[in-house]
Amino acid sequence: MRYLPLSPDDRRAMLAKVGVDHVDALFADVPNDKLLDKLPDLPLAASELEVERQLSQMAARNLSAGQSKGFFVGAGAYRHHTPATVDHLIQRSEFLTSYTPYQPEISQGTLHVLFEFQTQICMLTGMDVANASMYDGSTATAEAVLMARRVTRRKKAILSGGLHPQYRAVVENMQRFSGGDLVQMTPAIAEAEDLISQIDDQTACVVVQYPDFFGQISDYSELAEAAHVKKALLIIVVTEIVSLGAIKSPGSMGADIVVAEGQSLGCGLDFGGPYVGLFATRQKYIRQMPGRLCGKTVDVDGQQGFVLTLSTREQHIRREKATSNICTNSGLMALAFSIHLTLLGEKGLRQLAMINHANAVQLADELGKINGVDVLNDSFFNEFTIRVPGSAHDLVEALAAKQLLAGVPVSRLHGDGTLEDLLVIAVTEMNSAEQITDLAAAIEGEIS
Amino acid sequence: MSMNRQGRKTNIDQSSSDQADAMTVSGNKALQIEEPILFDLGDTQTTGVDFADVAPFESRLNGLERIDEFGLVGLSEPETMRHYVRLSQKNYSIDTGIYPLGSCTMKHNPRLNEKIARLQGFMDIHPLQPQSSVPGAIDLMDELAHWLMELTGMKAIALSPKAGAHGELCGMMAIKAAHEARGSTKNIVLVPDSAHGTNPATAALVGYKIRSVPAQEDGTVTVASVKEALDDDVAAIMLTNPNTGGVFEREIVEIAKLIHEVGAYFYCDGANFTAIAGKVKPGDLGVDAMHFNLHKTFSTPHGGGGPGSGPVVLSKRLAPFAPLPFLVKEGESTRLVENANDRVDETSPFGRMTAFHGQFGMYTRALTYMMSHGADGLKQASEDAVLNANYLRASLSDYMSLAFGEDHICMHEVLFDDAFLKGTGVTTRDFSKAMIDEGFHPMTVYFPLIVNGAMLVEPTESESKASLDQFIEVMIVLAKRAKQGDAEPFLNAPRFTPRRRLDETGAARKPILRWSPNNKTST
Ligand SMILES: Cc1ncc(COP(=O)(O)O)c(C=O)c1O
Repeated sequence: MRYLPLSPDDRRAMLAKVGVDHVDALFADVPNDKLLDKLPDLPLAASELEVERQLSQMAARNLSAGQSKGFFVGAGAYRHHTPATVDHLIQRSEFLTSYTPYQPEISQGTLHVLFEFQTQICMLTGMDVANASMYDGSTATAEAVLMARRVTRRKKAILSGGLHPQYRAVVENMQRFSGGDLVQMTPAIAEAEDLISQIDDQTACVVVQYPDFFGQISDYSELAEAAHVKKALLIIVVTEIVSLGAIKSPGSMGADIVVAEGQSLGCGLDFGGPYVGLFATRQKYIRQMPGRLCGKTVDVDGQQGFVLTLSTREQHIRREKATSNICTNSGLMALAFSIHLTLLGEKGLRQLAMINHANAVQLADELGKINGVDVLNDSFFNEFTIRVPGSAHDLVEALAAKQLLAGVPVSRLHGDGTLEDLLVIAVTEMNSAEQITDLAAAIEGEIS
Repeated sequence: MSMNRQGRKTNIDQSSSDQADAMTVSGNKALQIEEPILFDLGDTQTTGVDFADVAPFESRLNGLERIDEFGLVGLSEPETMRHYVRLSQKNYSIDTGIYPLGSCTMKHNPRLNEKIARLQGFMDIHPLQPQSSVPGAIDLMDELAHWLMELTGMKAIALSPKAGAHGELCGMMAIKAAHEARGSTKNIVLVPDSAHGTNPATAALVGYKIRSVPAQEDGTVTVASVKEALDDDVAAIMLTNPNTGGVFEREIVEIAKLIHEVGAYFYCDGANFTAIAGKVKPGDLGVDAMHFNLHKTFSTPHGGGGPGSGPVVLSKRLAPFAPLPFLVKEGESTRLVENANDRVDETSPFGRMTAFHGQFGMYTRALTYMMSHGADGLKQASEDAVLNANYLRASLSDYMSLAFGEDHICMHEVLFDDAFLKGTGVTTRDFSKAMIDEGFHPMTVYFPLIVNGAMLVEPTESESKASLDQFIEVMIVLAKRAKQGDAEPFLNAPRFTPRRRLDETGAARKPILRWSPNNKTST
């Protein structure tokens, strides 16, 4: 087997050194009748060529975004162009095949990157401190709610109806099992929801999304103030991080915790993962944060270096009193994110954001002209919601049969039989003007 | 703007004369090139990505345009390349050399995995595009599920957890949901002292109280010790097998029986499954839930701290509670059930662990690995991992101190304590830092907590005999040196790394967690 360096002679010599005749003597602690006497019922070893052949066939059965006639699917994961440099760099052995930087003297590469990553997240979100990543945006949101409960010593979270339905489900699940309370607002696009009147002295946090699931962009400054009056925290969730190249930072609106999905930069689609959760907060809350933190320090020669720090919050030290059970996070995706953002810089990020917005505006304008289609947003960044006659699901399926991937029917995520006529459509720099016009024409063709 | 500025001078005053000899004008040391922090390097107006201009249009941003500069620094493409390549060269990796970090299973990461994960049909598909457009991806998940269930003899699987700890959370939620469904309010989880920190942290997160079970002399948990801790309030036990000392839990079958008798469940931490894949099926041992770390056992790269992937296999009793999304067969095809309202017979999913469907990119890599090995190769890999660890054990037992005595075989990792360093003035930490100077990544240190100055060595099946022999030779000399009272080199180690020992206490006392113009690098 190509991955196993030991030869039969090596094995014999090593068994002799160990002082046993057969390798099964090393499995002597396994109850005798539990050691398998035959192989699991699975295929035998295969050559690289053979594996590649089989799995390539599987891959070929999927309609990839790149092969489609137009791709407008978003709702929490976005198709952006990743510079070739990013994928090359993250495949450097020293980044790809290292573990969590437990030995800082031989992990300065990873740690240095994490320090820069944390700084980038602070700047993007307008916050004071950020951690070294969470699994993804949805789990980061659940962790933010738990943190707000620790900070406020209260149990209740109020979730906006504009929060991504699957994020809501993740928070709901975590609240249920950890003894928290929940108020969920009904999704209502283009109607201002009255979150403020829900906040009371039991409220740990209010969770809103920016831009929200339907694409709307709202100023949450007043909400932040109202939350603070009641000593509750405001958590702002961003699922499209590129938007922060165009719109005000959540920090500037008074957010106490900002969590985000960082997938848009560096990560690709990958059918849902691995992505990277971003987590940022105010300086005063650092000891309540979940996850790893990288800090700057000096070595015995006085040279600047980096270490993992404040680990007394974490499970390996604190065990059942830890702020979170997270251990492995999303190091490599954080690296990809950070490299992509380094290439962009502030100037490039702003340009990228503007192209996304311009393309979305073009599509919204074209769709708005179609009889029977309503563009429901009065504001948006690169994603918005339309109402179509009949079922959005059927429309999407019909277009997919023509290799056009038109967006996400809201009903797929809500799954409660409501909002069946709503379609969330995302547009990025990947969509050409021609594709945008073609999508509008195709939708018009289907509904008329 | 100029190319990345190189290095800076070493502070002569604080260096010993040896180091002064080794100093350079630039501060660089040949291939070791100093690299500034990004924010001391670039500016906000540089970009390494070219974009076409946007024609003027009316924006729809609700008047919330971001106007003020916020400080992100950009670099041109060649500068970016150098910045990160230089940083990468300050990392040790499994591709560099032996990385015997116990419990972390740093085995070879085949590049075929990377190639397959990057096939357009896997990489460039969206989790919410119509399922009808991604039958190959759903089949891949189904195939992975099949391998994992067959290897463990378990009945159901939740693929979506994002790492080991997330898998633990998923398993414990399934257990709590099962209790709730029966109206049971049991509220205690048994956790051995030797457990990884994520175990108690997870149980606490789902609202359980922890009751610890002491480990025996040999690191295992016995029927007697479990009995002692068991009562009607116990909802579950979380047991790692092989355990964190690298020992197979001999009484595991009886312990499982005992646990089931009081109506509790057996959660198995499967972080060490690499020792027994193809040799033992956890389902045969009475396990109710077990997570995998695909980034350990099945060779998906750990990337300096993730991504992981932590699918959880479930017994028949827990199967109905598996979270969303899950796979169902319908005739010839397989479908992902994404919503609770989408009722499927005999299921009552407890909720959702994450948005979308989990770490698909890790599924492709893990399946590629498993198919490459096949059933026979996986078994051989487990045997080699165990043989390698025992070879280290036998070769080092006269020089270092085995935590569980000389005669005790181990599984895929071997645990030493610091008894052999007693009175030498050298600690486990010092010893590990000296290994760094010798070109090795140290083993896991100070874990598990049940032995003093723990050194947990996991060579994995990826090491050749020659590599192990070199490791052994060096370890023997280091151990002898320490015992001879030659503490100096240990206390000063590491000496040849890009940075020497770092001030962790200072870092925690006054945390500097981000760059700012005020804490700018002093040069
Ligand atoms: C025994 C054990 N359990 C659980 C974990 C947690 O796994 P992960 O880091 O994938 O969350 C680890 C690894 O760190 C481990 O070694």
